[in-house]
This record gives sequence, structure tokens and C-alpha cells, in this order.
Amino acid sequence: MTTSAPARRTGTPYAFLAPALILFAAFLAAPIVYAAYLSFRKVKVSGLGLGARSRTEIWAGLDNYTRSLTDPDFLPSVGRIALYGLIVVPTMLGLALLFALLLDANRTRESVGKFARISIFLPYAVPAVVGSLLWGFLYLPRVSPITDVFEAVGITAPELLSRDLTLWAVANIAVWGGTGFNMIVIYTALRAVPVSLYESARIDGASEVAIAWRIKIPIVTPSLIMTFVFSLIATLQVFAEPMTLRPLANTISTTWTPLMKVYRDAFTRNDLYAAAATSVIIALATFILSFGFLKLVGRRAFNQED
Amino acid sequence: MPFKKGRSKTATVLLLLGAAYCLLPVLWVLIASSKSAGELFSTFTLAPSTHLFDNLADLSGYRDGLYWRWMANTALYAGVGAAASTLISAMAGFALAKFEFPGKSAIFNLILAGVLVPGVLLAIPQYLLLAKVGMTNTYWAVLLPSFISPYGIYLARIFAAASVPTEILEASRIDGAGDWRTFATVVLPMMRTGLVTVFLFQFVAVWNNFMLPYIMLGDDKLYPITVGLNGLLNQGANQPAMYTSVVTGALVSIIPLIALFLTLQRYWQVDLAAGGVKA
Repeated sequence: MTTSAPARRTGTPYAFLAPALILFAAFLAAPIVYAAYLSFRKVKVSGLGLGARSRTEIWAGLDNYTRSLTDPDFLPSVGRIALYGLIVVPTMLGLALLFALLLDANRTRESVGKFARISIFLPYAVPAVVGSLLWGFLYLPRVSPITDVFEAVGITAPELLSRDLTLWAVANIAVWGGTGFNMIVIYTALRAVPVSLYESARIDGASEVAIAWRIKIPIVTPSLIMTFVFSLIATLQVFAEPMTLRPLANTISTTWTPLMKVYRDAFTRNDLYAAAATSVIIALATFILSFGFLKLVGRRAFNQED
Repeated sequence: MPFKKGRSKTATVLLLLGAAYCLLPVLWVLIASSKSAGELFSTFTLAPSTHLFDNLADLSGYRDGLYWRWMANTALYAGVGAAASTLISAMAGFALAKFEFPGKSAIFNLILAGVLVPGVLLAIPQYLLLAKVGMTNTYWAVLLPSFISPYGIYLARIFAAASVPTEILEASRIDGAGDWRTFATVVLPMMRTGLVTVFLFQFVAVWNNFMLPYIMLGDDKLYPITVGLNGLLNQGANQPAMYTSVVTGALVSIIPLIALFLTLQRYWQVDLAAGGVKA
């Protein structure tokens, strides 16, 4: 259903689009092209490497990519992020769906529902840096209430920022920060479902759980797909949480996630070329995963009206 | 409702557990910012103390009130960035929803692809490009990239299609109003509710952003609160007395956004799939 008026002057829509397109070109398209270009370049040092003329940029072919992929720090960071994603995305979306269904089923007192909805959404207002900082302190054995609880019953408390548990500690911050927003998205979709669709099932004595499984979840599937894709993208770029926890946890290295490695290569090692190649690899992986997933589920999301 | 629905204890308990989990760190920071440096690591986690105002004074005194400058910077980045981004999105969304022109679907698909570009990956090439024109380490380095939001354009297109009737545009044209005047006086007011949501989305995104300003800025007078607090925490590793300022600073930094959330709750009903907002 397109309801477009015939344009009086053909230039008008382009004029309205101009600022967006110029900014899109400058801050999205150009950086992507530039990163791709840099990923195929390298510096050749001639002579002693002194003076401005002795360093020239030349084509590198796939050198940066081979270097990036064979870097001993790269694969472990990818493995870590894969495990992290496997923990965070299903837990976060599972909890978001559960809370949204509970709120929608309206089986608690209204004040309880409202209080829970606002409380669970609240972490969205807390920047990842601040959220990580708060949890980071709560993880410290000298601060953590968990330590007190464990000591009260006479067990040694687990060291949450130890080698084995750091990944879970970071995952917890992401789940805490993301559940509420996704819950609101799913809850909004649920509220758009006409009550008549399941009222008769309810009268026939179907349980709320059955109604959720058979009627509500299938209807909100497009929302679940979108939240999944956005969560996946966010997971692959995790940066602020581990960067903030680093001063509190010596188990987080400078290459703990792929993006942290990009940052280290670019700004600590001044190796922009390796950083660009790694960026391109992460971007491609993101595109393959998100588009692959959308293709798999049959583009049910992004419902467009035309 | 034709019949009374039963209450469920399980539902209540689960929702309250979720709320408790989400409130725990916020409750902790509220209590911890009342503790002195010594108490922070010695008294029971949830035992409040009486040093809140001392801590606030320490925080304000840190390098001549640098903390408050970070807060002001953050408000500037988020406020100006979100306002500009909302206007630009509204214009683009209006054009995509209400005009027919060559290249329309190509532009729309480009913007849709832009939604899926992992934004953080752009930060380093954006830094390099801005460095070439000498704009890194300025307010513009953080502001300009925040002006474009493909998701904002995507939402604005849906709002324009849903809330601006074509007949009204026609009527305005017959009255002799120019396209820009029609946009400013007719279209923008009609899209208002949706645009508030676009604004809030971008405001929160900029307010919470860390990597872009972290890369772009060297001068700590330009830092937003996220980068500033990250720096304070790093100092705390050497001078543990700084930790009270970090904790108090964390508390103060989340108050404005939480207040914004509680007052504008009705705009937070977002359907990502349909892009619709029910207010």
C-alpha cells in the first residue's frame, strides 16, 4: 500500500534525503570502504627506516588477513566470543520472553506487574560502562554479598573474576543490561495481539502455558527474530564491558575479545593494517550470521508495507 | 474481561525475582556511595553509612569539577546528537514514505543494510578519516557520527507512512505552501509521537556510547561520562581512595537517564519488527 503523492518538483525528495545520504556516505560507507582498502595495504620500509620518504605504503595482497587469522591471540578471542554469545543470547532472550509473557498474562496484581516492568527495564538506562563498574565491584570478594552468604554457611566463595568464571561474569552483565529492552520489545508485540484470538481457547479451559506456546509465541516470532539479530550483532562487538572490568580483573587480556584485539593493534601497536583486516573479518562474520539467519527464517522480520 | 482471571503465585514470584536481580546493582551503588573509602571494602555490602555528602564533595573537587564537565559534555553529545539525528531521520523517512522517485528502493535497501552494520566496527576507520581532516579530539568527532542513524530513518519512514495522510499534503499544496513549510508545519507535528521515540533511542545510544568517544578523544575535558568514569576506575587501581569517587560518580551518572525513563515511560513501547510504536 503506497500512498505517495505525485511530486510537484522532482528534486524535492532528494533534497529531503540529502543530509541523511551525505552523512551516510561520510560516516558509514566511506569508513567501510577505507577499512577494506587499508586491509590490503602495508608499509614498506626502505633503507634504515628513517625520514619520511623511507616508509611507503604498498599493496599487501592477503598478507594482513593471513597475519590476522594466524595471530595466536585471534582464535582464542573468537572462541571466547562464540561461547559468550551462546551463553548471553539464549539466556537474555529466554528471560525477556518469559517476563514479557508473564506480564502479558496479567496474572499478578497490577502494581506488581508495573513495578517489575519498570525494574527489569531500568538497566537499559545504565551505560554498559557503569553497569560493568557496578557488577565489577559486586564481584570483588571484599565487597560481594555472595562472599558473605558463602562464608556464613562455611564454604569458600567462588572467585568470580578468576580464569574460569570471568566469561560468565561478563555474560551476566550483558544479560542484566539487555533483558529489559528485549522484554519491552516482545511485550509491545504481545499487546498488539487481539485478545479475541485466544479468549475462546481460554474459555475452553486451555492453560496460560498452552496459550503462550500455541498462540502467543508464534505471533511474536518476527519480534523474536529481530531481537535475536540485534543481540547477535551486539554480542560480536562486545567491548565496553571487558574494557571496564580490566582494572578489576587481571584475567582479562588486551585481546580478550576480537574487537579489543582490533583496538590494541590499531592504537597500541600502531598496526592499522592488521586492525583493518580483523575489522573486515568481524564485519563479514556479522553479515554472514545475521543475513544467513534472516534468510533461514524466511525474512519474516522487517515487514514492509510495499 | 468477561470472567475473573486467577492470580498466580509463580508468576508473581518470578517477576519479583527478575526485578530484584535488575535492581541489585542499583541498590548497591545507592548504598555504597554513602560509605567512606575504608568502609567500602570492610562493612557489609548492603549496610549504609553517612558519608554521601563527603563523597559528593570529593567528587566535585576532583580536578576543579572535571566530573561535572563530563556530565555536561554527555548532555551535549546526547542532546544535540539525538536532536539532529531525529530531524535528519524525519526528513529522510518522510521522503521515502511519501514520494515516488527513481532510486527510492535502492536508497531504502541501503539504509536497511546500514541498520545491520555493527556500528562499533566503524569507529576506527571513522577515527582515521576524521584525523585526516584534523577533527579528532574535538566535540565534532563525537557529534557528527551520531547524526546518522539508519534505524532512526527506518522508524521515521514507518511513522510517516502511518501518520501523515496524503490528502493533507495535497491540501497544503493547493493552499500554496512550499514543501519545506508543509514539512515543518504539517508533517513534523503529525509524526511527533514517533519522533519522540526516535529521539529517545538515539539519546540513550549516544549517552551510553563508550568506544567512539574513547577512540576519538584525547583531551579529558571533552570526555563524556562513560570515558571519564572508565579513566577514574583505572586510576583507582593505583590509588584505592579514588574508588569512592568512582562509585559516587557512577550513582550520579545514572540519575538523569533513570529520571528520563520514568517520566517518558509511555514512549517506550517499541515493536522492532513492525517498527510501530503504540503510545
